[in-house]
Amino acid sequence: MLTMAEIMETIKMVQEENLDIRTITMGISLRDCSGPDPAAVRRKIYDKITSLAGNLVRVGEEIEREYGIPIVNKRISVTPISLVAESCDVDDFTGFARTMDEAAAAVGVNFIGGFSALVHKGFTKGDLRLVKSIPAALATTHRVCSSVNVATSKAGINMDAVYMMGKIIKDTAGLTADRDGLGCAKLVVFSNVPEDNPFMAGSFHGIGEPESVINVGVSGPGVVKNMVEKCKDADFGTLAEAIKKTAFKITRMGELVGRTAASRLGVPFGIVDISLAPTPAVGDSVAEILEHMGLERCGTHGTTAALALLNDAVKKGGAMASSYVGGLSGAFIPVSEDAGMIRAVETGALSLDKLEAMTCVCSVGLDMIAVPGDTSAETIAAIIADEVAIGVINHKTTAVRIIPAPGKKVGDRVEYGGLLGHAPVMPVHGFSSSIFVRRGGRIPAPVSSLTN
Amino acid sequence: MSNQKQDAKGNRVIISVLGPDRVGIIAGVANILSENNINILDISQTLIQEYLAMVLIADMEKSKINMGELKDKLAAKGRELGIKIDAQHENVFNFMHRL
Repeated sequence: MLTMAEIMETIKMVQEENLDIRTITMGISLRDCSGPDPAAVRRKIYDKITSLAGNLVRVGEEIEREYGIPIVNKRISVTPISLVAESCDVDDFTGFARTMDEAAAAVGVNFIGGFSALVHKGFTKGDLRLVKSIPAALATTHRVCSSVNVATSKAGINMDAVYMMGKIIKDTAGLTADRDGLGCAKLVVFSNVPEDNPFMAGSFHGIGEPESVINVGVSGPGVVKNMVEKCKDADFGTLAEAIKKTAFKITRMGELVGRTAASRLGVPFGIVDISLAPTPAVGDSVAEILEHMGLERCGTHGTTAALALLNDAVKKGGAMASSYVGGLSGAFIPVSEDAGMIRAVETGALSLDKLEAMTCVCSVGLDMIAVPGDTSAETIAAIIADEVAIGVINHKTTAVRIIPAPGKKVGDRVEYGGLLGHAPVMPVHGFSSSIFVRRGGRIPAPVSSLTN
Repeated sequence: MSNQKQDAKGNRVIISVLGPDRVGIIAGVANILSENNINILDISQTLIQEYLAMVLIADMEKSKINMGELKDKLAAKGRELGIKIDAQHENVFNFMHRL
């Protein structure tokens, strides 16, 4: 029998500590939609998404009501469009993005991911067309998210792709200048990208995935923060143990919701992504967890160690709680989506360089960072190169979601609202990297012995 | 509720009541349950200073209404009494606290 204390603990987590299921994401394979005629392909894409995901939102809301746990987002990921549209003889892939947007609107989801390409070793015809279509695709749609994988630990870093993405990010910001470069908030550059990530903007349905699948992303920085607060005078072993137990409980909710949703929708259950995903809401911040461990501000000396402890304890607790853990599964440290991170940047405690160091020990990378509008494509490419190098060498996923905010300079802020939040514009280094990034070619894959 | 076949054990809900104590809270909740043929299995309550925290476990096997309707009725009663009343499927708690 459940005890009163256990029941009250669960209720408190939901009502006071913002415990929620961040997303249930339905992965849909579009591999059977390809063909030579773009109009026919677009029709097939629309029909498949709307027929498979037609009940997604309704089932999500039903579960939300029955279990009393908020499910914040219902989303869709699809096969990378570079593969689906490759057989069509058109240069501009923007139309496919518009079809994704229309299908997403029809079934009522707020984001659809998969306007994506995997180019870590080089570009196919379709990859190149897709990447060149990204700025217009993101400027003319509302719900479409895009991602490009430019490096893996086995293939090395495709520096041609890195440089190209620097330019694509600039163009995307330019085309959405009236909205503070919002397009860039929907575009992620990856190394070692996972194929089953339920979180946007980097979600797509990988080629090893089944026809359709349900993946779940949990969230609960508020719950972990309160637990850390209770362990005020505890040593690190006790602290890690407390975080582990909390992560276990949070992940169990994801497991329950994922299994229930999959069974009601008649599709297999894929994975629970045990990432700690913050929101701009007060108290739902990863930075505040670190500060409660005893740091005056997130970003000061000791932050990387605190984050390493947090990330590892969450993984240990989460892995025990779910039969299948996947996706990104680590603490997220986006700037604009986390009130504590924003404060840390605004008070000068947190720099881009420290953020880069923090990404060595957690998921997922330089995320939702606004930099001055006049930052060059070469500098952005160099920032991407640094970040993916960390992923490639450490055999982990890293990513860059950066916004060169048009017309903004250091000290200004960009405003997106909702889950995307707002971000202070951060300074970048003034010294040029352009000769380096223009070399072209690939940085070879690293040796995996000699591990120092 | 759902269209899945469930045994009695799978049809239990946990109803939580949180707020300042006053006359008629237990009666109000119990009335809604009895009117709709929902059997109360267990009640537990504590008073933390002037605040009441009450938990009821109930069986919805023979209920006349579904979970959604029950939640609406409880929420309406809660507003009337100035407290927060919610119902959640028992699985939520079992999944979190039991392996």
